[in-house]
Amino acid sequence: MADVTLQNLVKTFDTVEAVRGIDLRIPNNEFVVLVGPSGCGKSTVLRMIAGLEDITSGDIRIGDLRVNDVPPKDRNIAMVFQNYALYPHMTVEQNMSFGLRLRKVAKSEIRGKVQRAADILGIAELLGRRPRELSGGQRQRVAMGRAIVRDPQVFLFDEPLSNLDAKLRGQMRIEIQRLHQQLRTTTIYVTHDQVEAMTLADRVVVMNAGRIEQAGTPDEVYHQPRTRFVAGFMGSPAMNFLNCQVTEENGHTVARLADGPALPLPAEQAARVRSYAGRTLVAGLRPENIREAASHDGGNSGGVPHDISIDIVEPLGRETIVYFRLGDSTLCARVGTEVHPRAGERTSLVFHPDRLHLIDPETDLVL
Amino acid sequence: MTAVPVTGATSLRANRRWALIAAYACLGIFVVFFLFPPYYMLVTSLKTNAEIAELASNPWIVTDGVTFSHYEHLLTESSFPRFFLNTTIVTVVVVAITMVISVLAAYSLARLRFWGSGVLATGVFLTYLVPDTLLFIPLFKIVGWLGLLDTYWSLILVYPTLTVPFCTWIMIGYFGSIPRELDEAALIDGANHLQMLLKVFIPVALPGLIAATIFAFTVAWANFLYPLAYIYSESEMVLTVGTVTTLIKGDVFHWGGLMAGALLAAAPPVILYAFLMDYYIAGLTSGATKG
Repeated sequence: MADVTLQNLVKTFDTVEAVRGIDLRIPNNEFVVLVGPSGCGKSTVLRMIAGLEDITSGDIRIGDLRVNDVPPKDRNIAMVFQNYALYPHMTVEQNMSFGLRLRKVAKSEIRGKVQRAADILGIAELLGRRPRELSGGQRQRVAMGRAIVRDPQVFLFDEPLSNLDAKLRGQMRIEIQRLHQQLRTTTIYVTHDQVEAMTLADRVVVMNAGRIEQAGTPDEVYHQPRTRFVAGFMGSPAMNFLNCQVTEENGHTVARLADGPALPLPAEQAARVRSYAGRTLVAGLRPENIREAASHDGGNSGGVPHDISIDIVEPLGRETIVYFRLGDSTLCARVGTEVHPRAGERTSLVFHPDRLHLIDPETDLVL
Repeated sequence: MTAVPVTGATSLRANRRWALIAAYACLGIFVVFFLFPPYYMLVTSLKTNAEIAELASNPWIVTDGVTFSHYEHLLTESSFPRFFLNTTIVTVVVVAITMVISVLAAYSLARLRFWGSGVLATGVFLTYLVPDTLLFIPLFKIVGWLGLLDTYWSLILVYPTLTVPFCTWIMIGYFGSIPRELDEAALIDGANHLQMLLKVFIPVALPGLIAATIFAFTVAWANFLYPLAYIYSESEMVLTVGTVTTLIKGDVFHWGGLMAGALLAAAPPVILYAFLMDYYIAGLTSGATKG
């Protein structure tokens, strides 16, 4: 087990700069998830750590060793691929032991390690089968088993659950978490799925256009996003964005939403944004902060009611998503199942300003 | 509403029946067409010379009693066993040389991304497009210069010019279809290029390897032009030219012997095909990645 340090990491493909100066330190035992949209450079970063991609500039250290020019096999890492990458002509046991056999580990030791890994992953009865005789979930377990037996310093996961169906993905997420709790190996996990990022990570690193937008605990990136991108990327349905103006009304600093209500700002936030008074800012409000009037969890306390006309309703069982228009923007609210909104209906929704994010449209930074 | 799907299902079943009938009819014609020559060869090889020469006899069946005299003569009194041995030596060595060169070439062209590898891969294929009728005269010069004329070693030298480009091309295709993650997994597992080739690529691309082997085998076994041009002594001849030159004396055709010789000569490729076809068809790569 080891720290992983990335210093000013850059990767250029011909003329395209895929990774533009990444600085990140991943302490020993930490589970870090790199998350971001397709093409943001997250997989490239992982592949550079694995040694599968040359580094254009910068440094990668695993433990105390600078590994820029160290071949993948000598980096003491193990990687789990999106497509499993199992050797189709080998049995599960041979797949798992391949790396150890190449390293000329004693047969008895190999057998012990494979058995232990198979027990951890619940695939002991599959050891004699070939990959084509396994389901997607089982194949992914074997791929993880192949990583475990090597007892590496760092686990690298490249979108390992993307090919599984939603239910299996949920199960495997729990397994990966359990595995990390058991093995405590430094883990770097790449995904574009924010649910995976939020549920698995000790620390989430949100990437965009080859750069780190924010690195923090799942709570931090969700509740205290640093940029508009992070605010919009984390959370589903996504955060609502609409223009607003910060003004003083009746001795309170309020954010007046375009064609919407004026939301009084908490004192601390008011102090931060007072200098922006009179300028148009972007307000970010998550769907769960726009609720039905008198909702059971907290009622209207601190919220500002506003009449809207419902556009589209998406009942999801445990909650209902309501889309409505406010001026030119389409917004989204999460309401409880006890109300039964209908498209076209007029109703009153309550805007809760305590989690309102104000964003400078010039810098896209959250104020 | 219920009537519609029933009608639909019935017409679908009827469609399927007609499709099957048409398919079997076509296949039947195809089988008869292609099995006619070997059947004719077999029947002729079992007839006596007198029956073959008798114009009034039925060519489709043996009427005067089955004889194995042509086979006996071929195997005991002619150079046929020598031709067979020579052909086997040439074929085995050519297949071995071809597979070693083309597997190594295909691996490097498909996977080791080096400058010009794409152009080189296309170039390999283009060389295959040059017909051997154009090549055999310049190659004659080279073979003569090397002092290999009138020995079967000339064939061992020359046949790979026909087999290597095509086999390399087949293997490039197969190696190219192996997901890159598989080499990356092997790389992380600690494999070097040779281990990756031997332990991952070759087993996974086995169907391609077999296809290439069959091709190289067929070319080396059945080529006529090169042995005809380069070999003149009976002791160095291979089956194709040997059978024809020893069993056609001027304008006298020993049809029984020719047919028996051709059947025996065709047997090894047929046996090879029969054994390897299953491997060839088996989709060994399924399950390697998400399928």
